[in-house]
Amino acid sequence: MINYLLLVSRQGKLRLQKWYITLTVKEKAKVIKEVTALALGRRAKMCNFLEYKGRKVVYRRYASLFFICEIDENDNELFTLEVVHRYVESLDRYFGNVCELDLIFNFQQAYAVLDELVIAGELQEPSRRVAFHSIKASDATEQEDELTSAIKAANLL
Amino acid sequence: MVYHNLKALIKGIRSCKTVADERALIQQESAAIRASFREEDTYQRHNNIAKLLYIHMLGSPAHFGQIECLKLVASPRFSDKRLGYLGIMLLLDENQEVLTLVTNSLKNDMNHSNMYAVGLALCTFANIASEEMSRDLANEIEKLLGSSNTYIRKKAALCGLRVVKKVPDIADHFVAKSKNLLTDRNHGVLLTAITLVTEMVQIDAGVLEEFRSAVPLLVRNLKSLVTTGYSPEHDVSGITDPFLQVKILRLLRLLGRGDAQASETMNDILAQVATNTDSSKNVGNSILYETVLTVLEIEADTGLRVMAINILGKFLSNKDNNIRYVALNTLNKVVSMDTNAVQRHRNIILDCLRDGDISIRRRALELSYALINDQNVRILVRELLAFLEVADDEFKSGLTTQICLAAEKFAPNKRWHIDTVLRVLKLAGNFVREEILSAFIRLVAHTPELQGYTASKLYLALKADLSQESLTLAATWIIGEYSEVILQGGIVDEDQTVMISDKDVIDLIFSVMDSPYANYLIRQFVLAGITKIAARSTTSSPEQDRIAELLAKYTSAPELELQQRAVEFASLFTLGETRFGVLEQMPPPEIKTTVIGVVSEKKPVGSTTGKEGDLIGDEIPSASGNNGPSADATAQSNAQMLLDIFGPSSSDSAPATTPAQQQKSTVNDIMDLFGSSGAGTSAAPSSSMFSSTPTPSSAFPSTPASAFPPTPTPAAAPAVQNPQQQKLTSYPAYDKNEVKITLTPQTSPTKPGVVMILARFQVTGSEEASGLSFQAAVPKSQQLQMLPMSNPTISPGAVETQQMRVVAPVGSNVRLRLRISYNIGGQTYQDQVDFSGFPPGLTGTPSA
Repeated sequence: MINYLLLVSRQGKLRLQKWYITLTVKEKAKVIKEVTALALGRRAKMCNFLEYKGRKVVYRRYASLFFICEIDENDNELFTLEVVHRYVESLDRYFGNVCELDLIFNFQQAYAVLDELVIAGELQEPSRRVAFHSIKASDATEQEDELTSAIKAANLL
Repeated sequence: MVYHNLKALIKGIRSCKTVADERALIQQESAAIRASFREEDTYQRHNNIAKLLYIHMLGSPAHFGQIECLKLVASPRFSDKRLGYLGIMLLLDENQEVLTLVTNSLKNDMNHSNMYAVGLALCTFANIASEEMSRDLANEIEKLLGSSNTYIRKKAALCGLRVVKKVPDIADHFVAKSKNLLTDRNHGVLLTAITLVTEMVQIDAGVLEEFRSAVPLLVRNLKSLVTTGYSPEHDVSGITDPFLQVKILRLLRLLGRGDAQASETMNDILAQVATNTDSSKNVGNSILYETVLTVLEIEADTGLRVMAINILGKFLSNKDNNIRYVALNTLNKVVSMDTNAVQRHRNIILDCLRDGDISIRRRALELSYALINDQNVRILVRELLAFLEVADDEFKSGLTTQICLAAEKFAPNKRWHIDTVLRVLKLAGNFVREEILSAFIRLVAHTPELQGYTASKLYLALKADLSQESLTLAATWIIGEYSEVILQGGIVDEDQTVMISDKDVIDLIFSVMDSPYANYLIRQFVLAGITKIAARSTTSSPEQDRIAELLAKYTSAPELELQQRAVEFASLFTLGETRFGVLEQMPPPEIKTTVIGVVSEKKPVGSTTGKEGDLIGDEIPSASGNNGPSADATAQSNAQMLLDIFGPSSSDSAPATTPAQQQKSTVNDIMDLFGSSGAGTSAAPSSSMFSSTPTPSSAFPSTPASAFPPTPTPAAAPAVQNPQQQKLTSYPAYDKNEVKITLTPQTSPTKPGVVMILARFQVTGSEEASGLSFQAAVPKSQQLQMLPMSNPTISPGAVETQQMRVVAPVGSNVRLRLRISYNIGGQTYQDQVDFSGFPPGLTGTPSA
């Protein structure tokens, strides 16, 4: 199980945080600070695994962003890397050549993409097509909904 | 200004020049959002929450938006719901009371006509549901598991996962439904269902048994994934759905563990996955890694196991650090099952100690600890010592402990053991645990042949470096204790002996006291050390005066412990002869089982000369001159074992007798100390018997002869009978089945509370008693040490003996519980008796 996923810029700015375990605000802030420092301090050739307070942290850098997640003791680290990679692929497909700014200005969508891939800390959909389709369909529902409510409002006027 | 939408706010914040500006802006915006919330502005709510979530990400408080999120969720508009649930997931967690208000919205949306709205509710539930919420909505989730929509089924399965994690006792709700899900054709549903089942079988052994029948089904699923060709929908770098493969392998591991039949069913497919998976990419390796873990845990046949370990071997030589990391990690699990398989890769593992990546170093280090055995201890400890020089500080404490532990367990001889610990103290003296230090001191105390050698080495090391705390402590203690050995024998350095004066020693110790590294503990050690040095005959009177002067200085030290020690030690100087008795060499401390184990006594001492450098040299273990003391020590550890036997768990007397017989030769050595003929008179050993035993490191330090000052001053031995007049009386402790045991206590006035007891064994009939095992235990407030018995077989007419030493609080009565077992006349007897027949006052009178 993934315990949390953090997206952090190279400068250490948090771009997205998703917690699948329950921690207090204080604990979260501490974890973010310390784990970020550990991950940012590592060099490119090193392995993608860290140990933080005896727990396994898997991280990977994509361009200017670090994707960091903590997993359970018995989890497969290589598998987690694949899950993270799948998330990056999905973002890329959704935004079309995704960059850090896309995630800053559209963080809601970034969360939506993640929610179609991982819930309760576990991967829910192995097919790229299905996951992508679900997000697009949700977006379509949202637009349709806006449209109908706009028409209704216009009628009322 | 107030930003009209999220985009404007983000731009505004990003254009802030300083952190202070940014903070001010955020505060201003937060206040505006709050005000807007108060006005119940429905049109602005969506916008406000979006802005608030951005502010939240920047680390500012956003809890005041929680209720607004609930309102958004209750809105009929999908975009409001979407943002509202996102806000709930970000701002709330299971421990907040507001969450209970979400339950109803979730329930409504789970029955929503739009599947994406249902999806939002399920996603929120799966991520943050509390225990209470799980109970409330478990039925809804169960219902949705049977939905005709795959999008909803897969999400419901992971909601089920959340429920069983929060409320394990309702796991059986989901058993039937998830069994159906395992036959699902949709990969998303199958993947989540397997995840759910994996959790359930870990929670409940009954569920585990129930799902064992699913093994053939899972095997079929895995097989079709492995054998189908390219499938664009699920392909990842040429492998069909690696995610599903890994999850199936993981569930198979749980189902095959401890079940031969299930393991048998999956053998073939595991072999197939292990041979056919492409290992050039991370994806393939993630599957191979999972396969290896599964093979190692189930009841796999040997061929498959060998294959798994070979895969790990290949991993280990992979260039990718990720792969090497998982290999090291997995070998750590394998090492307890199959050390030899791992030993083959020893060199690569040791190379990993020098890797640039701390994660790899940490894994490799852990693994190398596990690899040490008595054959490779020299090589591995040498490598670890080399690593200790360059190791990260965070590893040092563990490293020093592990090296010393390995040295203790596998040392080929004591010389090597001492050299190893000395090296550790020199290299990382600030990272040594207290237990390690005291074990080292015990070791030196039990090795009289090497005391001079050790003291010399420590003298030189301390001279070179005062900054290593544990080195300083060890050196101060050992030089203090054995000062006369180095003063008489000189400092042994690289094959030559350099004589030093008492002034040199005291200068060195004083320099410790003055060094900036001297901490509270070190200064306490120094005070004790110099006090002992002052009492030795090798110390001249001007030097004694220097010591007295220093002590006098510390009698007004502001630190309580230092002051107290200084005052007590200084007053010892006024006590004349008594001082020498008090400060004479310490008896070797009792060997205790500490975290780092027992000092092993079966090792030859090793050569006492030669260079320190040849830690791994092929020295020939010298067997000479190790009889007396090491026999003492075995006896002690033996006694420890006897005490252990009285523990609650074991009533088996076998371990007590076996070592006693093994140690027979050394036992005889010891018995020689007690006089030439065991079958002596009924008058127990008198003090004269002991006086002929000049064993400074005897296990029984308080033997009257050595403890008694030649002319006991009245002050030293008040109110205790003069030993010359002391009558040694025997008390019968046991007389049954023609076996008779008597106990003879003996006390020493200088050591009140210490009672030496000689047990004497006789047979009264004509049959010999064999396999006699005599065990004793004392109340918790007292301590007992035993030497082995002179002979476990008692012939008619002979008297066998066993020596015991009891340390009891002054004034208390010595009470013993005895357990005796023996064979006589072809019959085995076992008996237990309580003995408290000694006269009161044996342990001295408290007021005296």
